[in-house]
Amino acid sequence: MYTQAMDLAPKDERAALRSVEDAQLETRFEARIAQGDFIEAKDWMPEHYRKTLVRQISQHAHSEIVGMLPEGNWLTRAPTLKRKTIALAKVQDEAGHGLYLYAAAETLGTSRDQMFEALHSGRAKYSSIFNYPTLSWADMGVIGWLVDGAAIMNQVPLTRCSYAPYARAMVRICREESFHQRQGFESLLVMMKDGTAAQQAMVQESVNRWWWPSLMMFGPPDADSPNTAQSMRWGIKRLSNDELRQKFVDACVDQAGVLGVSLPDPELKWNEARGQHDFGAIDWAEFWRVVGGHGPCNTERLAARVAAWDDGAWVREAATVHAQKQALLEQAA
Amino acid sequence: MTMPSTSTQAEWPLWEVFVRPKAGLDHKHCGSLHAADAALAVQLARDVYTRRQEGVSVWVVRSSDITASDPGDKAMYFDPMADKVYRHPTFYELPAALDHM
Repeated sequence: MYTQAMDLAPKDERAALRSVEDAQLETRFEARIAQGDFIEAKDWMPEHYRKTLVRQISQHAHSEIVGMLPEGNWLTRAPTLKRKTIALAKVQDEAGHGLYLYAAAETLGTSRDQMFEALHSGRAKYSSIFNYPTLSWADMGVIGWLVDGAAIMNQVPLTRCSYAPYARAMVRICREESFHQRQGFESLLVMMKDGTAAQQAMVQESVNRWWWPSLMMFGPPDADSPNTAQSMRWGIKRLSNDELRQKFVDACVDQAGVLGVSLPDPELKWNEARGQHDFGAIDWAEFWRVVGGHGPCNTERLAARVAAWDDGAWVREAATVHAQKQALLEQAA
Repeated sequence: MTMPSTSTQAEWPLWEVFVRPKAGLDHKHCGSLHAADAALAVQLARDVYTRRQEGVSVWVVRSSDITASDPGDKAMYFDPMADKVYRHPTFYELPAALDHM
Protein backbone atom coordinates (compact mmCIF):
# COMPACT_ATOMS: atom_id res chain seq x y z
CA MET A 1 0.00 0.00 0.00
CA TYR A 2 0.72 3.36 0.88
CA THR A 3 3.08 5.57 -0.97
CA GLN A 4 1.84 8.65 0.86
CA ALA A 5 5.27 8.81 2.46
CA MET A 6 6.85 10.40 -0.56
CA ASP A 7 4.33 13.18 -0.69
CA LEU A 8 4.77 14.09 2.94
CA ALA A 9 8.46 14.74 2.71
CA PRO A 10 9.66 18.26 2.01
CA LYS A 11 10.84 18.88 -1.51
CA ASP A 12 14.25 17.33 -1.86
CA GLU A 13 16.99 19.22 -3.56
CA ARG A 14 19.44 17.26 -5.63
CA ALA A 15 22.84 17.04 -4.04
CA ALA A 16 25.55 18.96 -5.83
CA LEU A 17 27.69 16.77 -8.06
CA ARG A 18 31.12 16.36 -6.57
CA SER A 19 33.22 15.21 -9.49
CA VAL A 20 33.39 14.53 -13.20
CA GLU A 21 33.11 10.84 -12.45
CA ASP A 22 29.88 11.36 -10.48
CA ALA A 23 28.48 13.35 -13.37
CA GLN A 24 29.29 10.54 -15.81
CA LEU A 25 27.77 7.93 -13.52
CA GLU A 26 24.63 9.98 -13.13
CA THR A 27 24.29 10.46 -16.88
CA ARG A 28 24.66 6.72 -17.40
CA PHE A 29 22.12 6.05 -14.62
CA GLU A 30 19.58 8.45 -16.14
CA ALA A 31 20.06 6.77 -19.52
CA ARG A 32 19.41 3.33 -18.03
CA ILE A 33 16.22 4.57 -16.38
CA ALA A 34 15.13 6.25 -19.61
CA GLN A 35 15.41 2.99 -21.53
CA GLY A 36 13.44 1.11 -18.89
CA ASP A 37 16.30 -0.79 -17.24
CA PHE A 38 15.93 -2.14 -13.72
CA ILE A 39 18.37 -0.95 -11.07
CA GLU A 40 19.77 -3.59 -8.69
CA ALA A 41 21.07 -3.09 -5.14
CA LYS A 42 24.77 -3.06 -6.03
CA ASP A 43 24.41 -0.78 -9.06
CA TRP A 44 25.54 2.82 -8.81
CA MET A 45 22.66 5.17 -8.04
CA PRO A 46 22.39 8.85 -7.13
CA GLU A 47 22.17 9.47 -3.39
CA HIS A 48 18.83 11.19 -3.85
CA TYR A 49 17.35 8.13 -5.61
CA ARG A 50 18.57 5.93 -2.77
CA LYS A 51 17.15 8.25 -0.11
CA THR A 52 13.79 8.52 -1.83
CA LEU A 53 13.51 4.75 -2.07
CA VAL A 54 14.55 4.10 1.52
CA ARG A 55 11.89 6.52 2.65
CA GLN A 56 9.17 5.09 0.43
CA ILE A 57 9.91 1.39 0.95
CA SER A 58 10.42 1.62 4.72
CA GLN A 59 7.25 3.63 5.20
CA HIS A 60 5.40 1.20 2.97
CA ALA A 61 6.69 -1.57 5.27
CA HIS A 62 5.60 0.32 8.39
CA SER A 63 2.13 0.67 6.87
CA GLU A 64 1.83 -3.07 6.38
CA ILE A 65 2.92 -3.73 9.96
CA VAL A 66 0.72 -1.07 11.57
CA GLY A 67 -2.04 -2.21 9.20
CA MET A 68 -2.33 -5.43 11.18
CA LEU A 69 -3.66 -3.54 14.20
CA PRO A 70 -7.09 -2.33 13.03
CA GLU A 71 -7.96 -5.85 11.87
CA GLY A 72 -6.39 -7.48 14.89
CA ASN A 73 -9.20 -5.82 16.80
CA TRP A 74 -11.69 -8.31 15.29
CA LEU A 75 -9.68 -11.54 15.22
CA THR A 76 -11.21 -12.87 18.43
CA ARG A 77 -14.65 -11.53 17.62
CA ALA A 78 -15.17 -12.77 14.06
CA PRO A 79 -18.73 -14.09 13.70
CA THR A 80 -17.78 -17.57 12.44
CA LEU A 81 -14.79 -19.89 12.43
CA LYS A 82 -14.59 -19.45 8.64
CA ARG A 83 -14.31 -15.67 8.92
CA LYS A 84 -11.80 -16.00 11.72
CA THR A 85 -9.45 -18.24 9.71
CA ILE A 86 -9.74 -15.84 6.75
CA ALA A 87 -8.96 -12.86 8.99
CA LEU A 88 -5.97 -14.64 10.52
CA ALA A 89 -4.58 -15.48 7.08
CA LYS A 90 -5.01 -11.89 5.96
CA VAL A 91 -3.31 -10.41 9.01
CA GLN A 92 -0.47 -12.92 8.61
CA ASP A 93 -0.11 -11.75 5.00
CA GLU A 94 0.22 -8.15 6.16
CA ALA A 95 3.09 -9.20 8.43
CA GLY A 96 4.67 -11.01 5.48
CA HIS A 97 4.29 -7.95 3.26
CA GLY A 98 6.00 -5.83 5.90
CA LEU A 99 8.88 -8.30 6.01
CA TYR A 100 9.33 -8.46 2.20
CA LEU A 101 9.47 -4.68 2.17
CA TYR A 102 11.84 -4.24 5.10
CA ALA A 103 14.19 -6.69 3.34
CA ALA A 104 13.92 -4.69 0.10
CA ALA A 105 14.73 -1.46 1.96
CA GLU A 106 17.73 -3.09 3.63
CA THR A 107 19.30 -3.74 0.23
CA LEU A 108 19.74 0.04 0.04
CA GLY A 109 21.96 0.11 3.10
CA THR A 110 19.60 0.91 5.95
CA SER A 111 19.27 -1.53 8.85
CA ARG A 112 16.14 -3.14 10.23
CA ASP A 113 16.81 -1.63 13.65
CA GLN A 114 17.18 1.86 12.16
CA MET A 115 13.80 1.49 10.48
CA PHE A 116 12.12 0.20 13.64
CA GLU A 117 13.67 3.02 15.62
CA ALA A 118 12.29 5.54 13.13
CA LEU A 119 8.81 4.03 13.44
CA HIS A 120 8.83 3.67 17.20
CA SER A 121 10.13 7.17 17.83
CA GLY A 122 7.32 8.58 15.68
CA ARG A 123 9.75 10.01 13.10
CA ALA A 124 8.65 7.71 10.29
CA LYS A 125 5.14 7.88 8.91
CA TYR A 126 2.78 5.14 7.83
CA SER A 127 -0.44 5.36 5.85
CA SER A 128 -2.99 7.69 7.46
CA ILE A 129 -5.76 5.11 6.96
CA PHE A 130 -4.62 2.96 9.89
CA ASN A 131 -5.25 5.73 12.37
CA TYR A 132 -8.99 5.15 12.04
CA PRO A 133 -10.76 2.71 14.40
CA THR A 134 -12.54 -0.52 13.38
CA LEU A 135 -15.87 -0.06 15.15
CA SER A 136 -18.02 -2.81 13.63
CA TRP A 137 -17.61 -6.21 11.99
CA ALA A 138 -18.56 -4.61 8.68
CA ASP A 139 -15.34 -2.57 8.92
CA MET A 140 -13.40 -5.78 8.28
CA GLY A 141 -15.19 -6.24 4.96
CA VAL A 142 -14.96 -2.57 4.03
CA ILE A 143 -11.24 -2.50 4.75
CA GLY A 144 -10.80 -5.42 2.35
CA TRP A 145 -12.96 -3.85 -0.32
CA LEU A 146 -11.98 -0.16 -0.13
CA VAL A 147 -8.68 0.05 1.75
CA ASP A 148 -7.08 -2.98 0.11
CA GLY A 149 -8.74 -1.99 -3.15
CA ALA A 150 -7.05 1.41 -2.97
CA ALA A 151 -3.81 -0.31 -2.01
CA ILE A 152 -3.95 -2.56 -5.08
CA MET A 153 -4.60 0.45 -7.32
CA ASN A 154 -1.49 2.02 -5.82
CA GLN A 155 0.68 -1.08 -5.80
CA VAL A 156 0.12 -2.63 -9.20
CA PRO A 157 2.10 0.15 -10.98
CA LEU A 158 4.88 -0.36 -8.42
CA THR A 159 5.54 -3.86 -9.77
CA ARG A 160 7.23 -1.94 -12.62
CA CYS A 161 9.24 0.28 -10.29
CA SER A 162 12.76 0.93 -11.58
CA TYR A 163 14.29 -0.41 -8.35
CA ALA A 164 14.19 -4.16 -8.90
CA PRO A 165 14.17 -5.47 -5.29
CA TYR A 166 11.13 -3.26 -4.58
CA ALA A 167 9.44 -4.30 -7.83
CA ARG A 168 9.97 -8.00 -7.00
CA ALA A 169 8.49 -7.56 -3.52
CA MET A 170 5.51 -5.80 -5.06
CA VAL A 171 4.84 -8.66 -7.48
CA ARG A 172 4.50 -11.06 -4.56
CA ILE A 173 2.43 -8.60 -2.54
CA CYS A 174 0.00 -7.86 -5.36
CA ARG A 175 -0.64 -11.56 -5.89
CA GLU A 176 -1.68 -11.89 -2.25
CA GLU A 177 -3.52 -8.58 -1.99
CA SER A 178 -6.15 -9.75 -4.45
CA PHE A 179 -7.31 -12.31 -1.86
CA HIS A 180 -7.66 -9.49 0.66
CA GLN A 181 -9.94 -7.43 -1.52
CA ARG A 182 -12.08 -10.34 -2.67
CA GLN A 183 -12.64 -11.79 0.79
CA GLY A 184 -13.70 -8.34 2.03
CA PHE A 185 -16.13 -7.75 -0.79
CA GLU A 186 -17.58 -11.23 -0.43
CA SER A 187 -18.18 -10.84 3.30
CA LEU A 188 -20.05 -7.59 2.61
CA LEU A 189 -22.00 -9.24 -0.19
CA VAL A 190 -23.19 -11.97 2.18
CA MET A 191 -24.50 -9.35 4.59
CA MET A 192 -26.13 -7.26 1.87
CA LYS A 193 -27.82 -10.22 0.13
CA ASP A 194 -28.71 -12.51 3.03
CA GLY A 195 -28.35 -10.28 6.08
CA THR A 196 -30.93 -8.61 8.29
CA ALA A 197 -31.86 -4.96 7.89
CA ALA A 198 -29.60 -4.18 10.85
CA GLN A 199 -26.64 -5.93 9.19
CA GLN A 200 -27.24 -4.07 5.93
CA ALA A 201 -27.37 -0.79 7.84
CA MET A 202 -24.10 -1.73 9.54
CA VAL A 203 -22.45 -2.19 6.13
CA GLN A 204 -23.72 1.16 4.87
CA GLU A 205 -22.59 2.94 8.04
CA SER A 206 -19.14 1.44 7.64
CA VAL A 207 -18.90 2.45 3.98
CA ASN A 208 -19.86 5.98 4.99
CA ARG A 209 -17.01 6.15 7.49
CA TRP A 210 -14.28 4.62 5.29
CA TRP A 211 -15.02 6.16 1.89
CA TRP A 212 -13.30 9.51 2.35
CA PRO A 213 -10.27 8.23 4.29
CA SER A 214 -9.83 5.65 1.49
CA LEU A 215 -9.67 8.42 -1.11
CA MET A 216 -7.04 10.15 1.03
CA MET A 217 -4.83 7.06 0.81
CA PHE A 218 -3.64 8.20 -2.60
CA GLY A 219 -2.02 11.21 -0.99
CA PRO A 220 -2.46 14.94 -1.55
CA PRO A 221 -3.51 16.38 -4.93
CA ASP A 222 -0.78 16.39 -7.58
CA ALA A 223 -0.33 20.15 -7.18
CA ASP A 224 0.67 19.62 -3.52
CA SER A 225 2.92 16.62 -4.13
CA PRO A 226 6.34 18.22 -4.60
CA ASN A 227 8.33 15.04 -5.20
CA THR A 228 6.01 13.37 -7.71
CA ALA A 229 7.69 14.72 -10.83
CA GLN A 230 11.17 13.49 -9.90
CA SER A 231 9.81 10.12 -8.74
CA MET A 232 7.97 9.66 -12.00
CA ARG A 233 11.05 10.56 -14.01
CA TRP A 234 12.98 7.95 -12.07
CA GLY A 235 10.34 5.30 -12.54
CA ILE A 236 9.74 5.00 -8.80
CA LYS A 237 6.20 6.18 -9.29
CA ARG A 238 4.29 5.39 -12.47
CA LEU A 239 0.95 7.18 -12.05
CA SER A 240 0.18 10.37 -10.14
CA ASN A 241 -1.94 10.57 -6.99
CA ASP A 242 -4.89 12.12 -8.78
CA GLU A 243 -4.78 9.65 -11.68
CA LEU A 244 -4.85 6.71 -9.26
CA ARG A 245 -7.61 8.27 -7.16
CA GLN A 246 -9.76 8.78 -10.25
CA LYS A 247 -9.26 5.16 -11.35
CA PHE A 248 -10.26 4.03 -7.86
CA VAL A 249 -13.46 6.12 -7.77
CA ASP A 250 -14.48 4.87 -11.21
CA ALA A 251 -13.95 1.24 -10.17
CA CYS A 252 -15.77 1.62 -6.86
CA VAL A 253 -18.98 3.09 -8.30
CA ASP A 254 -19.78 -0.12 -10.17
CA GLN A 255 -18.73 -2.30 -7.24
CA ALA A 256 -20.98 -0.33 -4.87
CA GLY A 257 -23.82 -0.95 -7.30
CA VAL A 258 -23.24 -4.72 -7.20
CA LEU A 259 -23.13 -4.56 -3.42
CA GLY A 260 -26.24 -2.39 -3.11
CA VAL A 261 -24.65 0.34 -0.99
CA SER A 262 -24.41 4.05 -1.71
CA LEU A 263 -21.20 6.07 -1.60
CA PRO A 264 -21.47 9.07 0.74
CA ASP A 265 -20.84 11.81 -1.82
CA PRO A 266 -23.78 13.81 -3.23
CA GLU A 267 -21.51 15.24 -5.93
CA LEU A 268 -20.47 11.86 -7.26
CA LYS A 269 -21.77 11.51 -10.82
CA TRP A 270 -20.74 10.33 -14.25
CA ASN A 271 -19.19 12.98 -16.46
CA GLU A 272 -19.92 12.03 -20.04
CA ALA A 273 -17.43 14.51 -21.49
CA ARG A 274 -14.53 13.26 -19.36
CA GLY A 275 -15.56 9.64 -19.47
CA GLN A 276 -14.94 9.53 -15.72
CA HIS A 277 -16.82 10.28 -12.52
CA ASP A 278 -16.78 13.70 -10.90
CA PHE A 279 -16.59 13.61 -7.15
CA GLY A 280 -16.81 16.01 -4.20
CA ALA A 281 -13.97 17.87 -2.50
CA ILE A 282 -11.80 15.89 -0.11
CA ASP A 283 -11.30 17.34 3.38
CA TRP A 284 -7.54 17.79 3.19
CA ALA A 285 -7.51 19.49 6.58
CA GLU A 286 -8.57 16.14 8.06
CA PHE A 287 -5.85 14.35 6.08
CA TRP A 288 -3.11 16.65 7.37
CA ARG A 289 -4.50 16.41 10.89
CA VAL A 290 -4.30 12.59 10.84
CA VAL A 291 -0.88 12.60 9.20
CA GLY A 292 0.29 15.12 11.77
CA GLY A 293 -0.47 12.70 14.59
CA HIS A 294 -3.97 13.82 15.56
CA GLY A 295 -6.16 11.11 14.02
CA PRO A 296 -8.49 9.03 16.18
CA CYS A 297 -5.95 6.24 16.85
CA ASN A 298 -2.43 7.58 16.20
CA THR A 299 -1.33 7.29 19.83
CA GLU A 300 -2.91 3.88 20.31
CA ARG A 301 -1.34 2.42 17.14
CA LEU A 302 2.16 3.58 17.93
CA ALA A 303 1.87 2.46 21.55
CA ALA A 304 0.79 -1.02 20.38
CA ARG A 305 3.82 -1.30 18.07
CA VAL A 306 6.25 -0.16 20.73
CA ALA A 307 4.72 -2.55 23.28
CA ALA A 308 4.98 -5.46 20.80
CA TRP A 309 8.65 -4.65 20.19
CA ASP A 310 9.47 -4.26 23.89
CA ASP A 311 7.50 -7.34 24.95
CA GLY A 312 9.35 -9.38 22.34
CA ALA A 313 12.79 -8.32 23.54
CA TRP A 314 13.32 -11.38 25.74
CA VAL A 315 12.43 -13.70 22.83
CA ARG A 316 14.92 -12.05 20.50
CA GLU A 317 17.55 -12.11 23.22
CA ALA A 318 16.92 -15.76 24.10
CA ALA A 319 17.15 -16.83 20.46
CA THR A 320 20.41 -14.93 20.05
CA VAL A 321 21.95 -16.47 23.16
CA HIS A 322 20.77 -19.95 22.10
CA ALA A 323 22.39 -19.49 18.70
CA GLN A 324 25.65 -18.37 20.28
CA LYS A 325 25.59 -21.34 22.65
CA GLN A 326 25.00 -23.78 19.80
CA ALA A 327 27.85 -22.23 17.82
CA LEU A 328 30.21 -22.64 20.78
CA LEU A 329 29.15 -26.25 21.32
CA GLU A 330 29.78 -26.96 17.65
CA GLN A 331 33.23 -25.38 17.89
CA ALA A 332 34.06 -27.46 20.94
CA ALA A 333 32.93 -30.72 19.31
CA MET B 1 32.44 -21.39 29.64
CA THR B 2 31.98 -17.64 29.32
CA MET B 3 28.95 -16.50 27.37
CA PRO B 4 29.58 -13.82 24.77
CA SER B 5 27.81 -10.64 25.81
CA THR B 6 24.58 -9.94 24.00
CA SER B 7 22.13 -7.13 23.81
CA THR B 8 18.59 -6.90 22.54
CA GLN B 9 19.79 -4.13 20.25
CA ALA B 10 21.95 -6.59 18.30
CA GLU B 11 20.22 -7.46 15.06
CA TRP B 12 19.80 -11.07 14.05
CA PRO B 13 21.95 -11.83 11.01
CA LEU B 14 20.51 -11.70 7.49
CA TRP B 15 19.79 -14.90 5.54
CA GLU B 16 19.00 -15.40 1.86
CA VAL B 17 16.10 -17.74 1.17
CA PHE B 18 15.88 -20.15 -1.77
CA VAL B 19 12.71 -22.12 -2.50
CA ARG B 20 12.20 -25.14 -4.76
CA PRO B 21 8.71 -24.54 -6.20
CA LYS B 22 8.12 -28.21 -6.94
CA ALA B 23 9.99 -31.47 -7.30
CA GLY B 24 12.25 -31.47 -10.35
CA LEU B 25 12.83 -27.71 -10.42
CA ASP B 26 15.79 -25.67 -9.16
CA HIS B 27 15.78 -23.78 -5.89
CA LYS B 28 15.20 -20.14 -6.72
CA HIS B 29 16.15 -17.08 -4.71
CA CYS B 30 13.01 -15.50 -3.33
CA GLY B 31 14.12 -13.02 -0.67
CA SER B 32 15.81 -12.59 2.65
CA LEU B 33 15.03 -12.47 6.35
CA HIS B 34 16.64 -12.04 9.76
CA ALA B 35 17.03 -15.03 12.08
CA ALA B 36 19.21 -15.93 15.05
CA ASP B 37 20.39 -19.23 13.54
CA ALA B 38 19.89 -21.57 10.60
CA ALA B 39 17.11 -23.61 12.18
CA LEU B 40 15.11 -20.49 12.99
CA ALA B 41 15.81 -19.13 9.50
CA VAL B 42 14.27 -22.23 7.90
CA GLN B 43 11.25 -21.98 10.18
CA LEU B 44 10.73 -18.29 9.43
CA ALA B 45 11.31 -18.81 5.70
CA ARG B 46 8.41 -21.26 5.72
CA ASP B 47 6.11 -18.66 7.31
CA VAL B 48 7.28 -15.68 5.28
CA TYR B 49 7.78 -17.20 1.81
CA THR B 50 5.60 -20.32 1.51
CA ARG B 51 2.17 -19.44 2.90
CA ARG B 52 0.47 -20.65 -0.29
CA GLN B 53 2.28 -23.82 -1.26
CA GLU B 54 4.97 -21.88 -3.09
CA GLY B 55 7.51 -24.57 -2.36
CA VAL B 56 8.45 -28.09 -1.33
CA SER B 57 11.96 -27.33 -0.07
CA VAL B 58 13.76 -24.36 1.44
CA TRP B 59 17.47 -23.46 1.56
CA VAL B 60 18.82 -20.65 3.70
CA VAL B 61 22.33 -19.25 3.60
CA ARG B 62 23.91 -16.43 5.57
CA SER B 63 23.95 -13.37 3.28
CA SER B 64 27.49 -12.61 4.43
CA ASP B 65 28.62 -16.01 3.07
CA ILE B 66 27.67 -15.18 -0.52
CA THR B 67 30.40 -14.06 -2.89
CA ALA B 68 29.06 -12.22 -5.91
CA SER B 69 30.53 -10.85 -9.10
CA ASP B 70 31.15 -7.13 -9.04
CA PRO B 71 28.45 -5.21 -10.94
CA GLY B 72 31.19 -2.78 -11.97
CA ASP B 73 32.87 -5.63 -13.85
CA LYS B 74 29.72 -6.55 -15.73
CA ALA B 75 31.03 -5.41 -19.11
CA MET B 76 34.39 -7.11 -18.70
CA TYR B 77 32.81 -10.35 -17.44
CA PHE B 78 29.80 -10.83 -19.62
CA ASP B 79 29.90 -8.65 -22.73
CA PRO B 80 32.71 -10.61 -24.46
CA MET B 81 30.19 -13.44 -24.87
CA ALA B 82 27.94 -11.17 -26.93
CA ASP B 83 30.03 -11.58 -30.12
CA LYS B 84 30.51 -15.34 -29.83
CA VAL B 85 27.48 -16.22 -31.88
CA TYR B 86 29.17 -19.44 -33.04
CA ARG B 87 28.46 -20.84 -29.58
CA HIS B 88 24.78 -21.05 -30.47
CA PRO B 89 23.30 -23.81 -32.64
CA THR B 90 21.39 -21.26 -34.73
CA PHE B 91 24.73 -19.93 -36.07
CA TYR B 92 25.03 -22.93 -38.38
CA GLU B 93 23.00 -22.99 -41.58
CA LEU B 94 22.41 -26.52 -42.67
CA PRO B 95 20.54 -28.04 -45.64
CA ALA B 96 16.77 -28.18 -45.21
CA ALA B 97 16.94 -31.96 -45.26
CA LEU B 98 18.62 -31.76 -41.85
CA ASP B 99 15.97 -29.41 -40.49
CA HIS B 100 15.67 -31.06 -37.13
CA MET B 101 19.36 -31.54 -36.32
